[in-house]
Amino acid sequence: MNRSVLYWRAASFAVAAGFVGLWQMIANQRLVSPVFLPGPDRAWASLVRGFTDGDLWGKLVGTLGHMAYGWFVASIAGIALGAMIGSSRTMRSYVAPSLEFLRPLPVSAIIPVAIAMLGLTQSMALFVIAFGAIWPMLLATIHGFAAVEPRLYEVSRSLHMSRLAVIFKIALPSASPDILSGMRLSLTVALILSVVCEILAGLDGLGHWVLLSARSFRSADLFAGVILLGVIGYLTALAMSVVEKRLLRWRSGGH
Amino acid sequence: MIPERVKALLLPVAALVALEIWARAIHLQSDSLAPPSAVAAALVGAFQDGSILIATRDTLVPAFAGLSIGGAIGLAFGIALGIFHVFDRLMEVTIEAIRPIPSIALLPIALIALGFGYRMEIVIVAFACIWPILVLSRAAVGGIEPRLMEVSRALRLSPADRVRKIIIPAALPRIFLAFRLAAGIALIVAVTVEIAINPIGLGAAIMTAQQALRPELMLAYLLWIGIVGYLLNTGLVVAQNHLFGRAALVRDPA
Repeated sequence: MNRSVLYWRAASFAVAAGFVGLWQMIANQRLVSPVFLPGPDRAWASLVRGFTDGDLWGKLVGTLGHMAYGWFVASIAGIALGAMIGSSRTMRSYVAPSLEFLRPLPVSAIIPVAIAMLGLTQSMALFVIAFGAIWPMLLATIHGFAAVEPRLYEVSRSLHMSRLAVIFKIALPSASPDILSGMRLSLTVALILSVVCEILAGLDGLGHWVLLSARSFRSADLFAGVILLGVIGYLTALAMSVVEKRLLRWRSGGH
Repeated sequence: MIPERVKALLLPVAALVALEIWARAIHLQSDSLAPPSAVAAALVGAFQDGSILIATRDTLVPAFAGLSIGGAIGLAFGIALGIFHVFDRLMEVTIEAIRPIPSIALLPIALIALGFGYRMEIVIVAFACIWPILVLSRAAVGGIEPRLMEVSRALRLSPADRVRKIIIPAALPRIFLAFRLAAGIALIVAVTVEIAINPIGLGAAIMTAQQALRPELMLAYLLWIGIVGYLLNTGLVVAQNHLFGRAALVRDPA
């Protein structure tokens, strides 16, 4: 069984390698102008060069930094606000409809407003990223709190637990699957908004770097940057799902 | 007891009234805020000179074109991957390698290859729309009652008929849900591309209003973008409930 999984994996990697080979062939035959499409060899060389004697590390750290700060602030604020709103029925019926109205708003539309308030600065980027990333977590936390098994609340009442104790001992653990999936979703949002803010405000990061490469028609650098952004997206999602499995291990054990 | 509907409206109305009073009291002069009455006036003005309608069209055309193209590609692959497990397993690494690329990262590539305008925006929207539809339609096809597939084999349906008569109808409610999520993504990506770089549509209009230091117009566009997003989402939810009724009650994967 395990062996066949391994074989399939290998075959799947072979198919992917085949596509890269195809890409190389198209580039070698110059079916598409090399100005637009560098071969994988050139993109790889540019990636290696950027990491050995270029400043690609700095750009990578810049983008990861924007993403992480914004996401972190959004996580704390989103879960705290969500807990506050979700744990009270009154708050829920007054606030939740407004939030539902704001949910489908394309969050990037807040960028001009943020620029008008804060200028083309680092704090503008952090505000935008945090604002965009907060929604999935906020709504997931509210939903998770609202969906707590009512009998658990009855138990907490008969045990005379304080409201804080109820939040930390009952509601948060019970809502944690919702919250974690919200956090995973907002990770993607944070990455996209980081790139957009870097492009707009010229902040140090991969978004700015790929735009500059495009403007000067350095397509190999451009593809290297895009590949790197894909790697960030993949690795952060992977890390999040590992954390999620870890934190939710208690759930599959009990029943 | 206050009815739920009134409770829902209380917060936004109170916030608007407070902002209006505050703005009037201090004679607000700002590049980023404006009293709600000025925002409303700017919105009406933008409707009267038609600029907001043109901008809305320039956003919705690429959003829906990208949604149809990306949706068609995603649906074709999703159904194929859901039916043929061999294909699914072989493509796994390739798909998982491309999928995490943030759609907006393709913007510079689309820019040098296609220039400004509808086309580059359509390409980026299409790329973003492929994945939710691919993943959800693959899951939808994979989740079809196996006995339906047995019936189709017993009836010796051709593969084309099997897709048309069994698979698509059975998976349709979940495919529509995927389509609804993708429509939201299409609008978000279209507006984002316009804000970042493409000089057409609502995103460009709101950036222009900001750069012209007209906060009331900027906020009017922000409000309008919110309304468009809300109407799109609500319309599709209503359509979903209307078309599929209880069959559509699958949990949002978001």
